[in-house]
Amino acid sequence: MTIELLLDDEWFPVCDDMLLTPGRGVAALLPDGRQAALFQDRHGTLYAIDNRDPFTGAHVLSRGLIGSDAGRAYVASPLLKQRFDLASGRCLDDESVSNVTYAVRMM
Amino acid sequence: MAADTTAADRTAADPTAAPTIVLVGHGMVGQRFLEALADRGVTDRARVVVLCEEPRAAYDRVHLTSYFSGTTPGELALAEEGFMERHGIELHLGDPVLTIDRAARTVTARSGLTVAYDTLVLATGSYPFVPPVPGKDAEGCFVYRTIEDLLAIEEYAKKGTTGTVVGGGLLGLEAAGALKGLGLDTHVVEFAPRLMPVQVDEGGGEALRRTIEEMGVAVHTGVGTQAIEAGEDGRVAAMSLSDGSSLATDLVVFSAGVRPRDQLARDCGLPVGERGGIVVDDQCRTPQDDAVYAIGECALASDGRVYGLVAPGYEMAETAAKEIAGDAGSFRGADLSTKLKLLGVDVASFGDAHGATPGCLDVLYSDSRSGVYKKLVVSREGVLLGGILIGDADSYGMLRPLTGSVPPVPPERLVLPAGAGAPVELGPSSLPDTAVICSCHNVTKGAILSAVAEHSCTTVPQIKKCTKAGTGCGSCLKVLGQLLPAAEDKGLCGCFAHTRQELYEIVRALRITSYAELLDNHGRDGARGSEGCEICKPAVASVIASLAPSIGAPTHVLDGGQAALQDTNDHFLANIQRNGSYSIVPRIPGGEITPEKLIVIGEVARDFGLYTKITGGQRIDLFGARVDQLPLIWTRLVDAGFESGHAYGKALRTVKSCVGSTWCRYGVQDSVKMAIDLELRYRGLRSPHKLKSAVSGCARECAEARGKDFGIIATASGWNLYVGGNGGADPRHADLLAQDLSDAELVRLIDRFLMFYIRTADRLERTSAWLGRIEGGLEHVRDVVVHDSLGICEELEALMSDHVAGYRDEWADTISDPERLSRFVSFVNAPDVPDPSVRFVEERDQIKPDLAAPAGPVLLAGPSLTIRTLEGTVTS
Ligand code: SRM
Ligand SMILES: Cc1cc2nc3c(=O)[nH]c(=O)nc-3n(C[C@H](O)[C@H](O)[C@H](O)COP(=O)(O)OP(=O)(O)OC[C@H]3O[C@@H](n4cnc5c(N)ncnc54)[C@H](O)[C@@H]3O)c2cc1C
Ligand code: SF4
Ligand code: FES
Repeated sequence: MTIELLLDDEWFPVCDDMLLTPGRGVAALLPDGRQAALFQDRHGTLYAIDNRDPFTGAHVLSRGLIGSDAGRAYVASPLLKQRFDLASGRCLDDESVSNVTYAVRMM
Repeated sequence: MAADTTAADRTAADPTAAPTIVLVGHGMVGQRFLEALADRGVTDRARVVVLCEEPRAAYDRVHLTSYFSGTTPGELALAEEGFMERHGIELHLGDPVLTIDRAARTVTARSGLTVAYDTLVLATGSYPFVPPVPGKDAEGCFVYRTIEDLLAIEEYAKKGTTGTVVGGGLLGLEAAGALKGLGLDTHVVEFAPRLMPVQVDEGGGEALRRTIEEMGVAVHTGVGTQAIEAGEDGRVAAMSLSDGSSLATDLVVFSAGVRPRDQLARDCGLPVGERGGIVVDDQCRTPQDDAVYAIGECALASDGRVYGLVAPGYEMAETAAKEIAGDAGSFRGADLSTKLKLLGVDVASFGDAHGATPGCLDVLYSDSRSGVYKKLVVSREGVLLGGILIGDADSYGMLRPLTGSVPPVPPERLVLPAGAGAPVELGPSSLPDTAVICSCHNVTKGAILSAVAEHSCTTVPQIKKCTKAGTGCGSCLKVLGQLLPAAEDKGLCGCFAHTRQELYEIVRALRITSYAELLDNHGRDGARGSEGCEICKPAVASVIASLAPSIGAPTHVLDGGQAALQDTNDHFLANIQRNGSYSIVPRIPGGEITPEKLIVIGEVARDFGLYTKITGGQRIDLFGARVDQLPLIWTRLVDAGFESGHAYGKALRTVKSCVGSTWCRYGVQDSVKMAIDLELRYRGLRSPHKLKSAVSGCARECAEARGKDFGIIATASGWNLYVGGNGGADPRHADLLAQDLSDAELVRLIDRFLMFYIRTADRLERTSAWLGRIEGGLEHVRDVVVHDSLGICEELEALMSDHVAGYRDEWADTISDPERLSRFVSFVNAPDVPDPSVRFVEERDQIKPDLAAPAGPVLLAGPSLTIRTLEGTVTS
């Protein structure tokens, strides 16, 4: 099955779902040069968030650990550990910061 | 003239029109006043206009000097992004008020803007006092108050080699630190006989002087500045002093005190104090004019003092805002406690530091060898009145709130250094609820505890948000941490109510090899079936890895479910850097390396264009590799016989070694051989925190073994084993565990010690913290590992021999396995494309991260793209 991201009204195929490890992320290169971090949690739900860590400017969120807070999945940046809600992109440690997220599906 | 209608006109025309509050000065206190207005909802009902002289909005003046250590002016900004817009506050930058017309109730600014007010708040701060010495206006003379001052000093310092600060007070010493940081030979000239005459007494001044001189700042006390001499070009060249001597200098910073900026008030007939300061009452209101308030450093408080510190200014801001909002507030004075880090020396004074209370007594501890001076002032009844701490101000956070009460232990014990009879960490539980914990924001212990109870704050950031405590100077943070309920809930994190030690026992006894199984069966109720969190995942991974051979888990940290638990460093077997690239540290046991191997490291670094540095751990670190390069680099290194140095893991790092008896004329044992043997024995051992070791060939201790988790020092008849040493943030010398051991005895004891530590320590607890925490301390550990008091030594040794037998090099195993290798790509959908956001620029003939790279999406190719070729050259 192929994992696809919704980019400006169009579904962009990224990779085969076999390439994901539950609990771990991968980075995908988008056609316009942006990067997305793609995660699958242990129940199979998919998430995609911009790979850029807004606090450091480094493209590393795909390499963070994921966790859940009150039932919502988040990723913790591997650099300074700020957490981002994977569905909304909101930073859980600093209200003034949020990140772009993408809709994901498996086809 | 852009005249506004007067407030009275407006109110006449429309009695419901919002009243106007005008704030003059947007400094630290001004901003705090705006926040206090907003908190009380006043900004919704009133028009608020701010006139600000400086070209930028309020910033953290207290931390001005941190600019020189890399903090940007933007990071110093005080108002949250969007604060002004959200509260509809009109802020006029770079437009100082020139006149106040109290009859018409208007202020007029430099641009000609006239604003009518119903309420006027003056928060104009202070100006630096420049003594009227001849030559004070020469080019190269500065003051130290604003970001603009700093920028000018920084620019001018590029042209000189020597700088002199006039004034050895708090700000003068900060300025001296800044000049030193700019690379200037720095002098401080202080008229009083000692440094910081206001805050510290003679003894304290002496301790401070010695420490500051040791840092290379020349201190001249008891002399005044007579004149500044300029050269032919009009630029500062020298300073003549009151003792007849002259000091050559290229730059002068005046820091001889501040004076309240009260000119506006004087001009409009509001009374000011004899020595300056706008007279105000308990409500911070000028007694002559109900509509005018003054707050912060420009005000003369009702206790007859002008406060030059931010905390009292904040209290005045709160008072005025309360008053304006219609709630009663009052400010009658504040205490002058301060804690600073001046040039890296802790300095704190609080309460009646100079012993002015009649009949009071001193308790003094002074050690000029280590630059520590501590004095407590107590009443005859034993009430703590105040004190001065220099060189070691750790206890400030606890002592200040105890002021005014009889401390729970005799004051003598409060000044002694740790280990010399000092009480074991006097906890905040001994404080009354009324004790002020955060003096910047006047937050009491009671207020913090109720925030914890009512808003369930469980972390320091939450307390900060909820109470503002800890958001000023930061000196109360340590005590805030101690007030958190964490003390009751010893659970590892939100997912597990068990400690790391308990989880270790569960994993070992039930042979659990999967995180999900542990979480779903032993996690807190709410966490079972969830994703877990970033705190317990690596901790559980480490426990499973430590026990892997004996519980039958895969021994490679990237296999099975373990891969998903590891921090990025363990996941890529390398250390992540600030730009997302990684560093590589091959193991160099004992620091011994052949020329051939050195050449290979050099060649690999050159071919991949890596930044190369000798580490503090006697090995070599190669920085700047992309994830996709790691396997290529390691293929070369493994071929040459290198293996992982585990710089990324919570595992054994290095066993440092001196050269020992083979070469050194003093050496009594072969320290290099022992270091290599130990490093090879314990390599790859996963532990609660990193483990470091060293072996010295004689008592001269060139390998610094007593700074290590386990350190070995040779004796004529064998080895002495020391444990629990630490460098880092909280250094500690290791304690002697056993003496004159044979090689075999030494190894057996270390085996037991390490396994006992791994079994019982908390997550991220180094051996030094662990020894300090566990009941019975070193004596208990000695009983267990030397005298086998728990009867577990055999088991501990068996666990270690399993580890030694099961060890395999993680990198060799990784590059030989295509599945493990598959993760080493920058992009899952473009495995051959290197990550273009990882870019470098050149510095001192090597690369460094290009942090100025555009923040947004990056082009895949183009003229601005920096490309590293295999030859290691950097081309753009
Ligand atoms: C490379 C090196 C600095 C250097 O250029 O010399 C270094 C670099 C780092 N140190 Fe260190 N430390 C290095 C020697 C030290 C030493 C000196 C020593 O080992 O003799 C110390 C003090 C001794 C000690 O640990 O007791 C030291 C005390 C720390 C600490 C504080 C530990 C503590 O208990 O307070 C940290 C933070 C931590 O581990 O939580 C740290 C953390 C780090 C990290 C891992 C921070 C990070 O997570 O990114 C750095 C990354 C290394 C990298 O990216 O490659 N490093 N670090 C040194 C590597 C030695 C080696 O060959 O392995
Ligand atoms: C280097 C340095 C280190 C310090 N360290 C500490 C410390 O460790 N602890 C501590 O408690 N305090 C410290 N202070 C003192 C602290 O910064 C002040 O107490 C605090 O800034 C006072 O706030 P304020 O708002 O009263 O004055 P300021 O912050 O000076 O703000 C006043 C503002 O009003 C403006 N202004 C003046 N006149 C007009 C006008 N006519 N129209 C419009 N605007 C006007 C000024 O330009 C200025 O921006 C330090 C100060 C400095 C310079
Ligand atoms: S510790 Fe002793 S043997 Fe080792 S180098 Fe120093 S003096 Fe020589
Ligand atoms: S005492 Fe300054 S922030 Fe709390």
